[in-house]
Amino acid sequence: MQATSHAGYAGHHDHDSHGHPTGWKRWVTTTNHKDIGTMYLWFSFAMFLVGGAMSLILRAELFTPGLQYVSPEFYNQMLTLHALIMVFGAIMPAFVGFANWMIPMMIGASDMAFARMNNWSFWLLPPAAILLSASIFVPGGAAGTGWTLYPPLSIQMGMGMDMAIFAVHILGMSSIMGSINIVTTILNMRTPGMTLMKMPLFCWTWLVTGFLLIASMPILAGAVTMLLTDRHFGTSFFSAAGGGDPVLFQHIFWFFGHPEVYIIALPAFGVVSHVIPAFSRKPLFGYVSMVYAIAAIGLISFFVWAHHMYVTGIPLTGQLYFMYATMLIAIPTGVKVFNWVTTMWRGSLTFETPMLFALGFLVLFTIGGLTGLVLAMTAVDIQLQDTYYVVAHFHYVMVAGALFSAYAGLYFWLPKWTGHMYNEGLGKLHFWSSMIFFNIAFFPQHFLGLAGMPRRIPDYAQQFADFNVISGIGAFGFGFSQLLVLVVVFQAMKGGAKASSRPWDGAHGLEWTLPSPAPYHTFEDPPVFNQAEAHG
Amino acid sequence: MARYSNNNRDTNRLRPAFAGRLCAGLLAVLSGAANAAWELNLQEPVTAVAKRVYELHSLLLWVIVVIFVGVFAVVAYSLVFHRKSQGHKAATFHDNTTVEIAWTVVPTLILIAIAFPATSALVDMRDTSQPDLTVKVTGYQWKWGYEYLTGDAAGVKYMSVLATPRDQIENKAPKGEHYLLEVDRPLVVPVGKKVRILTTANDVIHNWSVPAFAVKTDAVPGFLRDTWFRAEKEGTYRGQCSELCGKDHGFMPVVVEVVSEEKYAAWVAEQKTQLAAVAEDPNKVWALDELLAHGEKVYTANCAACHQANGEGLPPVFPALDGSKIVMGPKQAHLEMVINGKPGTAMAAFAAQLSDTDIAAVVAYERNAWTNKLGEVIQPAEVKALRGK
Repeated sequence: MQATSHAGYAGHHDHDSHGHPTGWKRWVTTTNHKDIGTMYLWFSFAMFLVGGAMSLILRAELFTPGLQYVSPEFYNQMLTLHALIMVFGAIMPAFVGFANWMIPMMIGASDMAFARMNNWSFWLLPPAAILLSASIFVPGGAAGTGWTLYPPLSIQMGMGMDMAIFAVHILGMSSIMGSINIVTTILNMRTPGMTLMKMPLFCWTWLVTGFLLIASMPILAGAVTMLLTDRHFGTSFFSAAGGGDPVLFQHIFWFFGHPEVYIIALPAFGVVSHVIPAFSRKPLFGYVSMVYAIAAIGLISFFVWAHHMYVTGIPLTGQLYFMYATMLIAIPTGVKVFNWVTTMWRGSLTFETPMLFALGFLVLFTIGGLTGLVLAMTAVDIQLQDTYYVVAHFHYVMVAGALFSAYAGLYFWLPKWTGHMYNEGLGKLHFWSSMIFFNIAFFPQHFLGLAGMPRRIPDYAQQFADFNVISGIGAFGFGFSQLLVLVVVFQAMKGGAKASSRPWDGAHGLEWTLPSPAPYHTFEDPPVFNQAEAHG
Repeated sequence: MARYSNNNRDTNRLRPAFAGRLCAGLLAVLSGAANAAWELNLQEPVTAVAKRVYELHSLLLWVIVVIFVGVFAVVAYSLVFHRKSQGHKAATFHDNTTVEIAWTVVPTLILIAIAFPATSALVDMRDTSQPDLTVKVTGYQWKWGYEYLTGDAAGVKYMSVLATPRDQIENKAPKGEHYLLEVDRPLVVPVGKKVRILTTANDVIHNWSVPAFAVKTDAVPGFLRDTWFRAEKEGTYRGQCSELCGKDHGFMPVVVEVVSEEKYAAWVAEQKTQLAAVAEDPNKVWALDELLAHGEKVYTANCAACHQANGEGLPPVFPALDGSKIVMGPKQAHLEMVINGKPGTAMAAFAAQLSDTDIAAVVAYERNAWTNKLGEVIQPAEVKALRGK
């Protein structure tokens, strides 16, 4: 929907020899990985603005104690949709967009393995987004359960809940198809000579993410289907009165939900692993250990789910196991951070916008990771569970981790996509305003959580007032800063300095051997791959 | 596109009022005149377990601060001295097995070291054996029910509901000192005694939480969970429901009053007398006025959160009672709705929460309030007859 209005820009570099529909038909029928990547990116940005507007409604309500603008029910609906839209509508599609654009160009393939399925994976997203957004307007409103959809609360909800369930089904199908496509492309379509251990790290992160998605999305689909039958067909999976157990849902949900965290984080790691070496003008340090770390994180992510459930009354032995398993994740994650730091060590650093965002990612993601270590300790987690400390923790990981990394990737590859350099001054302004306002918004939430302010409440006791004011100022500043991206991207699409085929002198990889903007069809014959373009 | 602009319009509508608040808020912060301390850490612990949690958190905080400073000192050095603008030439190294092993092994050792205090704190936290006193806590949408199962107060049982007036929440009156953290009847326990809390819930999952005790346990409908505390200091300790439980999740605080043994004994005696005094005669025949006056109280405490004081509800989730088919229909169906609830909706079964008199009174009230003027009297005996059907 967003993408159709920008048909013109991709048209500039349309070197197509065998003709394809133009105008809106081009976007509806396209099987071209670049077109589909573009649509994914615009879609995710549109969803990012919708989800962001919802979060500003939350922050406006929380600006002072008392109920000001919205009712508690509507507040619950907004926090639920904010999370569902950000996770499934904004962050995940953004990285699928990067995968579509970049993976074929990185591995020297002409397109994705299943080009038509690729089209279908994308076009499943708008109906799901419409279902989710429209659920606000049905009788009873949207689901007000939080994105975790815990029963029995989710059993009480109106038809907005059913719409959310169907949206999750559709999004899941889209993700599974997208992942099968990406995994198949990576495993089968690499140019001769590019062995797995010479493959760009972004492809590695997506290979593991693809498997995580294929394994975990059906579990979520199963969980919400059980909710649906509990709601409408008289089953009692989650109702004690019928012999079920509400906590069963939480086990199933988090068996999906924890890998989901890494589904979001791993591709972000991938992008950063390209940007930091490029602007350090030095090869990525410890390529092999990076690959092992990615695989280890992916694997362990399936065995830590109940650390989201320390207060549900799981047995002591269960709590101990999940605590130790969770602590294990710190090790490969630490390895990755140390490798990035050592990549910069004795490099020749410059600080263009992609590098700034990658550094911002590194600082803030590390903070989020370290508070994650605090939360891994069951006894401390019980004190902090469902407080703003957790909200701060996962926004440091999700926003500063995934979003900052996506921006690093956007600025890094924008010249390749549009053929123009973006406005560096505006890019830097975008970075600094995001960085500063993000911390103003989310750092004080650690204090709120420590002092005991629960999450998901529309009103709060007076001792929490000051930090909520600060957090609100930061949130509005951060929100409006994001509009700068639109300006930067439109400018680069319209014109600006011509980008060379390799606009960043330290960047390596097959994608940089292509002209900028990248032609509509690339690598119709597999390119020659030599060590100079290898990642490690 | 349409969705997006819709949302934007919502935010725009908020803006003028919001700008005013922004300024007011900024002023409050700048002048330091806001009413609260800038709490930067966990609440002051008053149990041994909470102290261990506090210390464990402090230890972890130092560990992560040291790691953060160490890592980013290296980064900062690179950012300053390894810049291209300083003419620094990039080195070409990209592998070193020794350092890779070192930074896998060292964090592992740090984690093992942390695991010891973390494990022992947790083992303490979960040891609910040999309590002096056991209280069953039941979560309702949106209040807490307390029932003393053992000890002197065994048999004492009451509801604990938010005491903050609606006017304060709606900004029509200045907010009190314990805004949203005050209840009509707190849980009262003696100081220095091991109190075991059993949690369960009536409708959805709630969470009973008191930060000063490091207690936070889900209340799951149909299941019992347990936790414990031994408060070392007298005082009033406040917490909140910590699991999203619907509309008024933010409005069901937990208040625990820890009192001396003597005060506790006095409190128990008082409860027992009251218990005897209000023990109802289910065969009493009530007059309409008397019944309606009692019914209004029951309605305000149990029904008004959803169906609203004016009986108009919040349709379609919480239907109106004013002019409702069930209320205006035969009284048996109306009574059964209140007694048994409506499965799959927020309408709870009140059979276990309310006495025969309460149910008779509240149903009579609903049938006579607002525009519902049926003029009917319902006697507790009728409720008794319908129970268990």
